[in-house]
Amino acid sequence: MADATQGARPRPLSPHVQIWRWHVTMAASITNRATGVALYAGWLVFAGWALALSAGADAYQAYTGLLTSPLGLLVLIGVTASLFFHLGAGVRHLAWDLGRGFAKTTASATAWFSYVFALLATILVWVAAFAAHAG
Amino acid sequence: MNLYRTDLGRARGLGSAKHGVGHFIAERGTGVALMLLSVWLVPFALRVAHGGYLAARDMLASPVNAALAILTLVVGLYHAMIGMRVVIEDYIERRATKSALLILNALVGWGAAAIGAVALLKLVFASGS
Repeated sequence: MADATQGARPRPLSPHVQIWRWHVTMAASITNRATGVALYAGWLVFAGWALALSAGADAYQAYTGLLTSPLGLLVLIGVTASLFFHLGAGVRHLAWDLGRGFAKTTASATAWFSYVFALLATILVWVAAFAAHAG
Repeated sequence: MNLYRTDLGRARGLGSAKHGVGHFIAERGTGVALMLLSVWLVPFALRVAHGGYLAARDMLASPVNAALAILTLVVGLYHAMIGMRVVIEDYIERRATKSALLILNALVGWGAAAIGAVALLKLVFASGS
């Protein structure tokens, strides 16, 4: 514990992950954190894209070449899915901050909804991207 | 941000340590901003992906697109940075490692935001001449 807590009561600890049975709200919580970390990388890709664009046509071609390689596409699709999941989970968090959506059935339903929304929105965006590319 | 702490919270010594409330509000504020910016970002990214180099430069010559791109990047990185800060504080116990990672987090986040923003500004101002 940091020195800031000296003299204070011990701060409460949450139970360790291993004693919980897996359920959708727990999975959504972990996914929210994991997608947040993934999106950090996504912003770095965005900053790199801006830099490549300002560096000229050759640099831009090289950068987009990397992004459209199989590995690059995997990263981009992952970032898209992360964005939509994190967005949905963010709405849930804002509702909780307003004191709403804590009922067990509501929390589970909105957790499932975050996954479904992320899946559908990701498919929609990438179908649009590939359709535009083909057409 | 001590303004938001209740007397009881302060007295019991169990309120947020250091700058917790400011962090909490910044995380929510930037989160809401990013929800709104996503509405611009997703179609913009699709058009950029479709159009190639010249189309991307053209789109960013518009001050509105450039401003929104810079806002999205800076607010997004700030949100990511304060989120990553929580992750580091949660999982890294050793004080030296934790401090080093928190400093690295700030350097990478602000560095990428500054580089990206200046790169985008360069495009806007270059296109005017």
